[in-house]
This record gives sequence, C-alpha cells and structure tokens, in this order.
Amino acid sequence: MHDEPSRADRNFNRITMAAGISVLVLLTLVGVFLLLQSHEAIAETGPWQFLTRTEWRTDVQPARIGVLGLLTGTILVALTAVAIAIPFSVFASLAITEYASATTRKWLTGMVDLLAAVPSLLFGLWGFLYLSDKIVPISRWLTDHLGWIPFFKTDPGAKLIGSIFIAGIVVALMVLPIITSIVREVFSQAPAGEKEAALALGGTRWGMIRTVVLPYGRGGIIGGSMLGLGRALGETIAVALLLPQVPEVSIKILQNGGATVSGFIANRAGADSFTVSGLMAAGLVLFVITLATNMIASVVVSKSRSGVGVEL
Amino acid sequence: MTATLSSPPATRTPAARRPRRPRERTPADLWSVVGSAISALCLNWLIFYRFTDGASLFGFALCSYVTFLVLFTVVTRDRLGRLVAADRVMTVVVMSAGVIVMVPLLLLIGYILIEGVKALRITFFVRDQLGITPLMDSTAGGGAHAIVGTLEQVGLALLWSLPLGLAAAVFLNESRSKWRRPVRIFVDAMSGLPSIIAGLFIFATLILPFGHTGGLFGFNGFMASLALAITMLPTITRTVEVVLRLVPDGLREASLAMGASRARTVWSVVFPTARTGMTTAVVLGIARAVGETAPLLFTAFGYDLMNTNPFSGAQESLPLFVYRNIRKPDLSAIARGFAGALVLMLIVLALFAVARYLGRDRSKRRAASNRRRSAALSSAAASSAGASS
Repeated sequence: MHDEPSRADRNFNRITMAAGISVLVLLTLVGVFLLLQSHEAIAETGPWQFLTRTEWRTDVQPARIGVLGLLTGTILVALTAVAIAIPFSVFASLAITEYASATTRKWLTGMVDLLAAVPSLLFGLWGFLYLSDKIVPISRWLTDHLGWIPFFKTDPGAKLIGSIFIAGIVVALMVLPIITSIVREVFSQAPAGEKEAALALGGTRWGMIRTVVLPYGRGGIIGGSMLGLGRALGETIAVALLLPQVPEVSIKILQNGGATVSGFIANRAGADSFTVSGLMAAGLVLFVITLATNMIASVVVSKSRSGVGVEL
Repeated sequence: MTATLSSPPATRTPAARRPRRPRERTPADLWSVVGSAISALCLNWLIFYRFTDGASLFGFALCSYVTFLVLFTVVTRDRLGRLVAADRVMTVVVMSAGVIVMVPLLLLIGYILIEGVKALRITFFVRDQLGITPLMDSTAGGGAHAIVGTLEQVGLALLWSLPLGLAAAVFLNESRSKWRRPVRIFVDAMSGLPSIIAGLFIFATLILPFGHTGGLFGFNGFMASLALAITMLPTITRTVEVVLRLVPDGLREASLAMGASRARTVWSVVFPTARTGMTTAVVLGIARAVGETAPLLFTAFGYDLMNTNPFSGAQESLPLFVYRNIRKPDLSAIARGFAGALVLMLIVLALFAVARYLGRDRSKRRAASNRRRSAALSSAAASSAGASS
C-alpha cells in the first residue's frame, strides 16, 4: 500500500488549486490597480487634503478635490437606512420565527426574499417618481414639530424633495431583507429548552421572547445591522437617482442636498482620466470603510453565543 | 405569603379562574381588538377631518395606530392584567410589522406594473429606438436592443464567472490546501466591493488607456460582462460553497472508502447531492446580475440602436435603457423607461420563481410518497402472506 495520490486526484488538486489561486490573484489585482490608479489624484491633492476637503473641483489648477462631503452623505444615508430597517427587521424576524403559523411563515419568508431579489434600479425608480412626493409631508411634519433635533432642522424655505431622509427610506427597503435573514437565522437557533423553561414558569410569549430570544439574538441583531450598513454604504443607482449629488457637509437630512460616493461616481460616466483617478480614490476610501464594517459584522456575529453556525 | 400570592399577574379575579389554554382566543379578546381599532379610527377621524383641516393620510394612519395601541393596552390591562396586556400588545405590534414590510413591496410591484403596461406594446420586443424623437408617442420604438444587450452581457459574464466560481468553491470546501484561508478572506472582502467600483475599475484599466479607439478596448458589451463577472464571482463562490458545506460528510467518506478518487467523489456524489441548491444559488445570482446597473454605466455605456456584436461598440442593456430614459425630461421617454422596467421586473420575478421552484422543499413530498410506497409494500406483503397461508 502506498499513499501516493492517483492521477485523477492529482489533476483534481491541480485544477481546483489553479481556480482558487486565480481567484486570489484576480481579486488582488483589482485591489492593486485601484491603489495605483487612485495614486495620481491623491498625489496631486495630498492625502490629508483629499480626506478633509468637501468640494470637488477639477476645473481649477491644481484640482481641489476631497471626499469629506461625499463620505458625510454616504454615512448619513446608510445610518438613516439601517435605523429605519432595524426595528422592522427584528419584528418581522420575530413574526417569522415565533408568531406565524407554518403557512404564514412560508409567505413572509418568500416576500422578504423577493424584496432582496428586486433590483436596486427598480427601488430607485419607484422612490424617485412615486415615493418622494409621499414622503415630503412627513418630512414637513418632522421638521415643523421636531425641528429642535439637529438632524431634523431645515433652512427656511428649503425644498424637502431629494433629501437624504428619502434616500435613506428607499435604501432601508433594500437592506431590510439582509438584516432580516441574519436575525431570523439567529432567532431560529434560540435554544428550545430555555424557551420552554420560560413558558413553563408561567411566562407569556412576549415574556419568553424578552428574556430568552432577544438576549440570545443580540449578537445577531448587531452583526446583521452592520452587514446591512455595509450594503447600504455601497448602494449606487437608487441613491444616484434620489440625491442631487452635490458634496456638502451637513446633517440636515430632511432638506434637498447631499451626495454619496457611489452615486457621485455613477453620475460621471465617461469622465477624463484625472477625474477617474479621483473617483477611484473616493471609491477606495468607500471600499475600505465597507470592508471594515463587514469584518466587524462577521466578528461580532461569530463571537456572539448565537452566531457560531450563522453564515454571513 | 399572602402578599406574594395575591399579586401574581395572571388575572384580577381569581374566583373566575378556569383552565385556559395559553393561546386561546375568546370572543372578548376579538372584540377588544376590533373595538379599540374602531374607536381609534373614529377619534382620529374626528380630530383630523372635523376639528382641524387634517394632515397627510400617513399622519392619520400613524396617529390612529398609536391611539389603537394605547386603547388596546388599557382595555386588556383592565381585563387581564399587566403581563397579558404586554404580551397581547407586542403580538399586535409584531404582526403589524410583518404586514407593513409587505406593503412597500406590493406598492412597488403594482406601481411598475400599472405604469409599465401603459407604454408596453408587442413592438417593444422587436424594435429599437431608431428615429425616435422626444415628440413621438411613448409606444413608438422599443427595447429589443436592450434585451439583446442584457442577454449577451449576462451570458458572457456567466461564462467567465461560473466555471471559476464553481471551481473556487470546490477548492474552498473539498480540498485540503493551506491556501484556502487567504482565498476565503479575499473572496469575503471582495463581495463587499461596491458594484460601481467594478465598472469604474474596468473603465480605468481596459478602456481609458486605449483612448476610446472603439473595437475591443472601448465601450462594449464584453467590457460590461467583465465588470459584471467581477461582481458575480465572489457571490457565486460564497453561495455555492455554503451549499457544498451542507452535503453530509458521511456521503463523501462512504465514496472515498469505496475507493473513489476525490475528483470522482466530487463529481458523482457531492455535485448530484448539492445540485438543487447550486442551481438555486446560480439562478438567484443571474437574477441579481440582470438588474445590475452600476457596473454597466462605465462599460456598456448605453446606445439607442441595435448592436448585436458585444465585442465592438457601445451597447444597451435593460437596466441602462430604464436608467437613461427615466432621467430624460420628456414624458414619453419616462413612459418608455417604465415599459423597460416592467420587462426587467418580469424577468427578475420569473427567475425568482424558477429559483423557488428548483429549491422547494421536496423532503415532505418524498416522505409522503415513501410512506405510501412502504404502506403499499407492506400491504402487498401482508396480502401475499395471507395468500400463502
């Protein structure tokens, strides 16, 4: 007997190895080229200026471009979206795992999956031409009555259409299925023994959920939300349609204005080489933030008690 | 002792206690829901439309809902105590959140359906935008060029990413190489790459340096397929790997123990077992790629006429057709965009339905048929046994 692998096995190893390594090389190349191409713009403006400047002007010499205004918009849209999506995701997951009958559960799960399958473009289209007008009265009400909260303040006479708030609502619909699928998975793994113990001690269903399911799923809720945040940061087409894409640093989310990195890039198809280099650099910053968010999310989920077997 | 016994939460009238199933609904429960809802609606109608000149419908709905919750809490608390009231109210909140999640989806599908049907004619599938001016009717011309472009670009993208993604997934799950960890880390990292950056990347490396000369290194469908492939590759690898991981190790070990090579095991045992899951994953991946707009902006660029050659010249695709048309100022172009959006939505919904059909839970039916078969077998055995005796 000998341990020498057969020829078929050797070929198998070679082919799969080649595929794995070529994926690695390909993806590394994308990263390296991103770095190389963004170098031109960063070198001309200086890395610190690039990170801290708001305006984006390529028509002056030297070009004054910066990513701060874009990043502000990106992060505000993503945070608004996740803040709106979290309660709905948690309640929908509870409805699916704890409340619904088998038939209702199948329908609810299917609907949430379908929400995930609808292209971003259609959400953007719907938000742009239908939802915006419906949201404006809500924005008006919020700024009239809750205007003392800094986020809800608006300039007098400002238009309320094309706002970060509206974009956030539309993006919330897109991240909802992502958060829901993680939270649902975590809730469904809550230990049956503890649930039954809570009920056997005379707890109501909500009491059981509050004391067993929610504490058990906390890691999943946090991790799922961060994963949703990562997705919301990169959202492109819907935001390109909904926001005016003028870079600015402002937290007045209810009024017209704001830009996001990816939406800003999308509006500049066919640009010249220097602009592309600047856009690449902006994209790189966005990519780094997204990457960090996703990694924190996966660490949070895998470190929590519930998330060991959950696939992100 | 008495104090601890008299305070328990269940009911206020211990005298009227009777055995009660935990989730039993009495007529009184139903009436307290309906009554609270009706009185909340009436109260808010009075305030919104009689005493004041009313805010938006949304404000009315929100205020009515909150009033309903408050009333329902008060009623249930009075009838059954604090803990039961909290339970009932949370049941209502959770179930209504489940319903509210559906509402935007249905609104979206309904809206695109209604707006799209207005401009969608059979000619949409055979004509391009040749000779279309802003003054013409929205039903003039069509999107055949966009449909052809989408088919070619997604097809080519699949051709690049599917074999590589499958092989990489097999590598990650079936081989014992020490390179698996770095590959997995990179695949995970790249799945977070915003799709617009993939398009921008292809534009900057393969199109821009060649100075828009056209041909292979210009705006064309081939470049779009490369950008799509970059976005699809990590997704396909990850989803297929998850499916492969679900194949029980016992099957692999049985195959290897019988002397099959690893390659034979993967081909004849792992793949057939994971086939439905893999097909579902790939079909959902296609559905996602069909709707991708961002990577195409910098690569296919969009074009109003039919271009069947993906390797030369700018090309249209359905998402680009929609995106470009709804940003035009004239209403007929927007209507045309909606027709394209409807076609796109139908394609995605069809792919979704196919994926659901392929991935449906077959265990139940098989179990039932097994039972039937074993019942039939046992009854046959019984009858033959009876005949022989």
